[in-house]
Amino acid sequence: MSASMDPVATAPPAAPAAGDPAPTGSRRYSRVGRPRPTGRGMELAIWFLMRLTGLGLFVLALTHFLILHVLYDPAEQDATWIAQVRWSSLFWRIFDWSLLMLVLFHGFMGVRTVIVDYTAGRKRRILVLGLYLLALVLFVLGTTVVTTLPVVPKG
Amino acid sequence: MLFRYRGREGMFAWAFHRIAGVAIWAFVVLHVIDIYLVGGNPGAYNELLQIYASPAGRVMEAALGAALLYHALNGLRIIVMDFWPALTRWHRQLWYISWGIFILVGVPVAWIILKPIWEGVRR
Repeated sequence: MSASMDPVATAPPAAPAAGDPAPTGSRRYSRVGRPRPTGRGMELAIWFLMRLTGLGLFVLALTHFLILHVLYDPAEQDATWIAQVRWSSLFWRIFDWSLLMLVLFHGFMGVRTVIVDYTAGRKRRILVLGLYLLALVLFVLGTTVVTTLPVVPKG
Repeated sequence: MLFRYRGREGMFAWAFHRIAGVAIWAFVVLHVIDIYLVGGNPGAYNELLQIYASPAGRVMEAALGAALLYHALNGLRIIVMDFWPALTRWHRQLWYISWGIFILVGVPVAWIILKPIWEGVRR
């Protein structure tokens, strides 16, 4: 995209709130999400993957919510219900694990953007490192339970 | 600050997106840990689910659904404008369309989630 494709200048850019520095390496204000990073490095790959995982989550996360909060009620769910019904098939286990993978990328890279927006220096490095460690812990916990929970035949 | 800085729709869309995103992230952290308990400590998981099914839990659940739906719809709006920059000219209209879908889908869903508070649980 060239600079001439820069969208409309009819309204002032919806810059982030006062005191919120623009992310580094971006080419322009954005009325929308994080501006697309310049260059071809890792940051651009993350930018594209945020949008790709976002589309995936639109389907998987909303379906997951619809099943577990609308079609079923939390009052009829417990640990036994998950073993007998919810995770009784490989399909739903793969479905929920895929959701976990997408959300670990999208959610944690999203929070990383927030951290980078409001912090700098040592504080930023520590918070981002802690964030990655938390993602690793959730990856291990989630993967462990979805792969090891025994299937209990109903009845 | 949010209301004194006159960024209008574009800024509110951005701020709500960020607030909803961080809120969903916080729930995901809690939720992966609670699902781990299904294998690790089923008793503790069942106790936690009773909190989720309580009236206060249901209000939180509806709020989570609202955050999820807003973030999903506004996320689509962001993607549309990122890849078809000309449509940024109508970013306000796109935002109002996403709110229209939000109300249309969100109200029935919130009704279903909240109804057991005054009607009791269907089995």
